[in-house]
Amino acid sequence: MPGMSRKAAVALAASASIALFATACTGQSESGASDDASKETTINFWHGWSAPSEQKGVKELVAGFEKAHPNIHVRIVGNMTDDKVNQALRAGGDNAPDVVSSFTTNNVGKFCSSGAFVDLNPFFKKAGIDPDATFPKAMNEYTQYDGNRCTVPLLGDAYGLYYNKTAFEKAGIKSPPKTWSEFEADAKKLTVTKGDSYTQLGFMPNYHGWESTTEHIFAQWSPTYFDSSGRSNLAKDPKFAAGFTFQKKLVDELGGYKKLEKYRSGLGDEWGPKHPFHTGQVAMQIDGEWRLGMALDAKPEFEIGVAPMPVPDDQADQYGKGYITGTIAGIPATSKKQNAAWELVKYMTTDTDAVVGFSNAIHNVPSTLQALKSPKLKYDPRFKTFLEIASHPNSPTTPASVNGGVYLVTIQKFGYDYESGKATDLKAGLERTARQIDTDMAQAQ
Amino acid sequence: MATTAYPLRARRRKAALKTAAFLSPWLIGFSVFFAYPLISTVYFSFMHYDGFRPPTFSGTKNWLYVFRDYPYFWPAMRNTLWLVVVMVGLRVVFGLGVGLLITKIKTGTGVFRTLFYLPYLAPPVAATMAFAFLLNPGTGPVNSILEKTGIPAPAWFNDPAWSKPALTLLALWGVGDLMVIFMAALLDVPKEQYEAAELDGASAWQRFRYVTLPNISPIVMFAVVTGVIQTMQYYAQPLIAGKVASGVIQGAGTNFEPGYPEDSTWTLPQLVYNLGFQRFDYGSACVVALVLFALSMAFTALLMRRRGGLIQAGD
Repeated sequence: MPGMSRKAAVALAASASIALFATACTGQSESGASDDASKETTINFWHGWSAPSEQKGVKELVAGFEKAHPNIHVRIVGNMTDDKVNQALRAGGDNAPDVVSSFTTNNVGKFCSSGAFVDLNPFFKKAGIDPDATFPKAMNEYTQYDGNRCTVPLLGDAYGLYYNKTAFEKAGIKSPPKTWSEFEADAKKLTVTKGDSYTQLGFMPNYHGWESTTEHIFAQWSPTYFDSSGRSNLAKDPKFAAGFTFQKKLVDELGGYKKLEKYRSGLGDEWGPKHPFHTGQVAMQIDGEWRLGMALDAKPEFEIGVAPMPVPDDQADQYGKGYITGTIAGIPATSKKQNAAWELVKYMTTDTDAVVGFSNAIHNVPSTLQALKSPKLKYDPRFKTFLEIASHPNSPTTPASVNGGVYLVTIQKFGYDYESGKATDLKAGLERTARQIDTDMAQAQ
Repeated sequence: MATTAYPLRARRRKAALKTAAFLSPWLIGFSVFFAYPLISTVYFSFMHYDGFRPPTFSGTKNWLYVFRDYPYFWPAMRNTLWLVVVMVGLRVVFGLGVGLLITKIKTGTGVFRTLFYLPYLAPPVAATMAFAFLLNPGTGPVNSILEKTGIPAPAWFNDPAWSKPALTLLALWGVGDLMVIFMAALLDVPKEQYEAAELDGASAWQRFRYVTLPNISPIVMFAVVTGVIQTMQYYAQPLIAGKVASGVIQGAGTNFEPGYPEDSTWTLPQLVYNLGFQRFDYGSACVVALVLFALSMAFTALLMRRRGGLIQAGD
């Protein structure tokens, strides 16, 4: 009995670890742009859109491409998560994607530096397309890393301020805030407390407040994340300290971290109809352009206002800017049909009518300068604010990094500690966080 | 000599081949699913490997990074050990308690057995989401009741001090698996031993201590060992609880680092995923996998070697 039990236990312990050892997979990047794009061929296009209306939009986009390139057939595979895409990029094979789109820009640095996606610069050059003159500045920036343009923007997201016009009128506020001091005053005016909670909160400043993350809020200060040597600039650029200080002040003024967290935990989730902005529980919300459609679908009992996010008082001349991110597309290095794949990428991301049509279908911001100005764009008048944010020359993004979005998560983690009062020394905390970012990046290289 | 030795060697070879043939399914399975991954994991733990480029030798860099620089390793280690000690311990005690109660009651045994077993069948993700709803500090029914009765209501999954106890509650709710095996073991204890103990004037506690426990100790051992191994693999529940409570339901392009709140729900298996699949650092992920393996083996060896005290491996 003991012998058997021990063996059984050892076997159990061993098998418990087996799943964890499955990380030991291999797969290497290969490049091969030797296919003839003028010949009959079929390519695989993987994307992440899942809603029926979005899938329809993708099909229409691809149908337009197939009409223009009758020899290239596209097999569409939708609802792909980044995890599945990452696996496919490593594995390769006939069913692996030739063109991939991803909702996150965070992995661009890893994709480019590792050679998982091919550098598209030679393709752009060959096609006579200047990316700098084609894409808005921020989108142009987040699709490349260290001179390697391994992805292209495929529609974008612009962040602005959604506000409850009815609540504004009730509070005697005539227009949306343009500076952070105006915003702070409005947030306080719009906050209606009830006992230990709120009936209406002016703004949810906590970093867990859906889209009020460090990178989205701090974008209004336009900080520089890395210095010229590629090291974290977190402790050196005073704009970060200004952002952290402002947010913490707002947290304290609106009731304190614990009270806000308790209120937040009882609110609806970000992607459902009970989002607190829809229900009127939060009067102002930072969010992407997609929120407008979602909010309208929820049929709120107030009028929705849209404006750019406020800017620091000393940057008032830059009002109109906002954080920019978006969907990206790229060609995996494992693809054996890179020339045909490029034709699809080129069509989807640089053909003005294709970009406009796709933007109309998906309700995201178009990702070329021409498409942003196109009269064919159909939108709610309020959506124009996001088009303007996307076109604004000072609209920032977060740079691609060798280890993806790890630095953003590290900054956000410090934000949680600082807003909750766990970390009180801002300077020391920023220095410690910067060192952690540098260490993580060194580990990834 | 040669003529007699040859058939003997041939017979032995034949017997060895026959043995190998019988063992081959296990040998193949062991090699493919255990030996190869284990050797690969050790190999990759000394390599810099992002899954895209060929691995390159990096010496002890990954080990140093995980133990010295990776900010989540020690919180995850502490959390995992906390769960191993508290959650496994309470699950065994609670499972045994429920098993004892159900074997003692005269009527409604089937109903109670079903009621206690059913939660175990709930999918972990759904069960965790349901608990996150029930224990929501703002709108959850549990806190509403606590507040009405004047009992201080914790923030459960939103409070680093209460997140692991909340996970333990969830684990206790799903104790049906242990209840069933303890019931079987308890019903198997010879009745004569209880009768003899009663005749000797043993109290209820003494009957439990000196009759029940020694008889079911192999099952207690089994429950503890499998509980420790399961807890070493604890992944879905803390991840989902953290996600739901943090409000970050991973939308498109959202950065999400598990562990909410304040790293209190990180567990070692989450680190394997975080390093390997979110950070593309396979080498460091392999280091954590090896730590998990070593811990599982160490706990098991420790428990199996324990000969004295209440829990004994039966002979």
